[in-house]
Amino acid sequence: MDKAPRGHALSTVATLGVLLALWWGVTASGLVAPLFLPGPGAVAGRIVELVRDGFVGATLLQHAGASLARVGLAMLFACVTAIPVGMAMGLWPRFNAAFDPLIEFYRPVPPLAYLPLIVIWFGIGEVTKVILITMAIFAPLAIATASGVRRVDPDRIRAARSLGASRDQVIWLVIFPSALPDILTGLRIALGVGWSTLVAAELVAATRGLGFMVQSASQMLVTDVVVAGILVIAFIALAMELLLRWIERRFVGWSGTR
Amino acid sequence: MTVLSAVGAGVTYRSRNGAVEALAGVSLDVGEGEIVVALGASGCGKSTLLGLYAGFVRATSGQVMVDGVPIAGPGPDRAVVFQDDALMPWLSAEENVAFGLRLRGVPRPERLARARNLLRDVGLEGFAGHAIAEMSGGMRQRVGLARALAVQPRFLLMDEPLGALDELTRERMQVLLLQLWQGSGKGIFLITHSIEEALFLATELVLFSPRPGRIARRFRPDFSRRFLAGEPIRAIKGDPQFLAMREELALAILAGEEEGPIHG
Repeated sequence: MDKAPRGHALSTVATLGVLLALWWGVTASGLVAPLFLPGPGAVAGRIVELVRDGFVGATLLQHAGASLARVGLAMLFACVTAIPVGMAMGLWPRFNAAFDPLIEFYRPVPPLAYLPLIVIWFGIGEVTKVILITMAIFAPLAIATASGVRRVDPDRIRAARSLGASRDQVIWLVIFPSALPDILTGLRIALGVGWSTLVAAELVAATRGLGFMVQSASQMLVTDVVVAGILVIAFIALAMELLLRWIERRFVGWSGTR
Repeated sequence: MTVLSAVGAGVTYRSRNGAVEALAGVSLDVGEGEIVVALGASGCGKSTLLGLYAGFVRATSGQVMVDGVPIAGPGPDRAVVFQDDALMPWLSAEENVAFGLRLRGVPRPERLARARNLLRDVGLEGFAGHAIAEMSGGMRQRVGLARALAVQPRFLLMDEPLGALDELTRERMQVLLLQLWQGSGKGIFLITHSIEEALFLATELVLFSPRPGRIARRFRPDFSRRFLAGEPIRAIKGDPQFLAMREELALAILAGEEEGPIHG
């Protein structure tokens, strides 16, 4: 999956090339008006402008920075809460019985559906956005952690106990590292969920951020900014995915080998 | 003389279909410097007995003791070697061997030095830094054995440790095990499906019969001592006495499977 043969990489490049050519073709020929779809050149030029001069009060980097800060903070909160809760759910059935219904109840609800309630409670500031993203990330991360803990080979735990491990040593030196591949997979999924929730959250009441930038541009019919914003959002998501895959290879490369 | 003993030990599991008697009234001692081998078909309670000795399973009747003191749980005086190595794949070979020492707070340089010595003893010199995933089944079992030896246990409990290995590797491991055991004074309890392996290693061989698991017959082979006294392994395994006992055991196992418990 990670190391595709050269032929596969060529296919990917070919697809991108064809799409780009198509995009260029329909816009340069005048088939589609720039108001609906600006050409690749116009969008590229707009990105340079966005970086230099900005749009609706902030440069592209400031918008992206605001968005990344929100997700980063939410990620941090989710890690320090969801991973311990997930560990406890996996370790103790009683704890699982207490938390699982709660998580399963709110998990399928789209975050935008409970956003209004959070706005009523916490206003329209940063706190609301970070809480919303934290909640979106919490469920998949806690569930992945719990299932990772439950999948630990019981012989591995017995081996540690027969070597003299205390309960805490079993948890931190055997169960946690065994579950780490599942935790990182959960993190990867959670980050995707968090990023899409973020952009949605910024459509409501924000003065900075990529979602806000795209929303404002759409209202002003500045289509090239809309397209540029979407591309930047996609590229950041891709970069985060690749970063987490690299972390997985680097730290839990041992999993999947047996 | 220290001894690991089961006295009239029985284990009954509660399942959805009522109570299942896994082990009934088993009395078996594993003494210092002995290799007690349990042989028998699957589901005849051998692993349950090992679980009792290790402290993973609690007896529902009878007693399991070390030197007359009831066993309360697992402990490093009774290290376990598993069929499916049960190593920590995120640790290197030497870190795996040093794991038990790490639990006791032995400083890293010291415990790794001791781990490397043990890896040399089991024939894995030069593999200290290797990842577990890079190692073959036989090498992993050696690491598992070295890990158990690292905590200097008085007893080694081995649950089909060589079951997943090819025949030649298996024989090499049998020889290694005897060499490590010789003069160590350790008591070994080993489970196997292989009649030949049981005969070659055991100082006491117990044959289990299933439903409920109990000891059907006991033997006292001396082939391991003969091997350590210098007799070649091929000569021993081809010895008419060895072959005759092998046949006898095979027949006894077959009879047990067909007719239920054997009384011998």
